[in-house]
Amino acid sequence: MSETLEHVASAARTDAPPAIVLDKVNKWYGALHVLRDVSLNVALGERVVICGPSGSGKSTLIRCINRLETHQEGRILVNGIELSDDIKALDDIRREVGMVFQSFNLFPHLTILENCTLAPIWVRRMPKKEAEELAMEYLTRVRIPEQAKKYPGQLSGGQQQRVAIARALCMKPKIMLFDEPTSALDPEMIKEVLETIVSLAETGMTMICVTHEMGFARQVADRVVFMDRGEIVEMGTPTQVFETPQTDRLKLFLSQILRGH
Amino acid sequence: MSDITLNAATAAPEAAPRTPPASQIGLLAWVRANLFSGWLSTLVTLALAYLILRWVVGFVEWGIINAVWSVPNSQTQACRDMKGIGACWAVVTEKHRFILFGTYPYEEHWRPALCILLFIGLYIVSAMRRFWRSGLAFLWAGVLAVIGVLMWGGVLGLPYVPQERWGGLVITLILATFGLAFAFPLAILVALGRRSKLPAIKAICVLYVELIRGVPLISLLFMASVMFPLFLPEGMNIDKLLRAQIAIILFAGAYLAEVVRGGLQALPKGQYEAADALGLNYWQKTGFIILPQALRLVIPPLVNTFIGFFKDTSLVLIIGIFDLLTAGKTAIIEPAWQGFGIEVYITVGAIYFVFCFAMSKYSQGLEAELNRHRRR
Ligand SMILES: Nc1ncnc2c1ncn2[C@@H]1O[C@H](COP(=O)(O)OP(=O)(O)OP(=O)(O)O)[C@@H](O)[C@H]1O
Ligand SMILES: [Mg+2]
Repeated sequence: MSETLEHVASAARTDAPPAIVLDKVNKWYGALHVLRDVSLNVALGERVVICGPSGSGKSTLIRCINRLETHQEGRILVNGIELSDDIKALDDIRREVGMVFQSFNLFPHLTILENCTLAPIWVRRMPKKEAEELAMEYLTRVRIPEQAKKYPGQLSGGQQQRVAIARALCMKPKIMLFDEPTSALDPEMIKEVLETIVSLAETGMTMICVTHEMGFARQVADRVVFMDRGEIVEMGTPTQVFETPQTDRLKLFLSQILRGH
Repeated sequence: MSDITLNAATAAPEAAPRTPPASQIGLLAWVRANLFSGWLSTLVTLALAYLILRWVVGFVEWGIINAVWSVPNSQTQACRDMKGIGACWAVVTEKHRFILFGTYPYEEHWRPALCILLFIGLYIVSAMRRFWRSGLAFLWAGVLAVIGVLMWGGVLGLPYVPQERWGGLVITLILATFGLAFAFPLAILVALGRRSKLPAIKAICVLYVELIRGVPLISLLFMASVMFPLFLPEGMNIDKLLRAQIAIILFAGAYLAEVVRGGLQALPKGQYEAADALGLNYWQKTGFIILPQALRLVIPPLVNTFIGFFKDTSLVLIIGIFDLLTAGKTAIIEPAWQGFGIEVYITVGAIYFVFCFAMSKYSQGLEAELNRHRRR
């Protein structure tokens, strides 16, 4: 992505209650301390990009937000609801939080359309017809309505990831989480998926995106969070983080990323 | 220079697709490549062809040309004269009712016969994908109930026939159908239970599978027929067939559970996570995402186990239940018919084969169809 792209106008509303609150979150895998006192507030409509070296806990962090992983210490609030063992609260949160995975995770035995309508029909109790119309609307928005009757295995990686985005959007989530949505894709497909996410950002969706695509981060992010070894090391606007890194860890990371590109 | 070659290349008429040389296609080519590719393979081919031919000719002579198809009034002398030269299918002609229906009262044979047809109809309907909807479960419940009424009787003017008199093919079908119809759902629950986060459920499921798998079916059947009644209060008696049926269900359930678990294990974690992230609850996730994929993956071992159990129902002979094989065995106890076991066993074997082969063929088709989505 070229850096001349204009920054998408921010929709962040700092006056409204924050969409996501992480308060001194700690998590261990066995003895491995993967999240250390992570605190982060994400405002409604804000777009946050998380970057950091491999194994720094980025995936773990966003997976804690919809409780695919459980944290052991600290508090996580989503839309004002605290994550706990309460099943009801969890259902409420998962309904409002969409997630897109690195490996797409489409359901291979269902058609594209069925992938998109399953959750609205069964979780949102939407009539089938309405769910299908909604799905076609989102499939059109990610520009693959003609693939609706196919199976995921018949689509390219980029198309599959766009279906995954449409599938999450069909639940009409208030928050979207992306875990390295483009890192399993070839370069030309990366572009089509990022464009989809950018256009989603333009609608004012609250999102957290783990990615190393710096051009994308500059274009959409209100804030970039740099993580290393389970900690948030630096945080700021894309310009602050990418142009004037404060810590050696971030400088090292940026130099490696740039070399890699 | 390059322009010229380029033009020449594009101007050349498109080469018509040619068929491969005749020596590469057709039956003859296949035969040459696979059967007569060298002197050694030619030799082996000829030797085997001779043996096969000899055997087929011998079988046709014995089984068809010289065979005795019927004899009057159990006068087996005609059969005895041809012993070793021709088959005595007369024993099957004479005893087919017994092999199919056991000691069920002769004039009521239409009832088990109808049951066999009902079973077969049920299999055929269940095999068709367009009937795969919730109504099918009711159909099963209905048909199985009708079969129960037909077999027992005692209502609707049907004379009562105690279970001790049931026998033959219908017993085999009852044991196999009820067995698998109950064992399969049980197996799915146990397989899911083994992966449960709740320690108690998990422990129960592991214990069940390990205990049942650890003992032979025969001993389970013995326990069901001999030991189980000892623990029942005086006067209470559960039907022997039912006890055997329960033993078979429990046994098949443990094996099938492990097969199903294999399928669950093979699913990528991402499928569970995607379903969770969409907010599907446990049963929605299991019913729509996990099981449909897991079961497709294990169709071959599942059918393998099904076929195995269809035949294992013959073990009930050791507790004195007259299944197809036992009926066949008993048919030739009568002195007049002693010594004609081969013919009876071939017939019984053929009946088993038809059912098992149908299952096998059907599963291949099902596998291809259900895994269509994997093809590009
Ligand atoms: N299920 C798990 N069990 C044990 N350790 C885990 C598990 N998942 C992740 N880890 C460890 O936790 C740490 C953080 O993992 P995480 O996946 O969050 O990193 P990441 O920042 O997303 O890395 P990447 O950029 O490679 O995706 C790593 O050291 C990883 O090995
Ligand atoms: Mg990761």
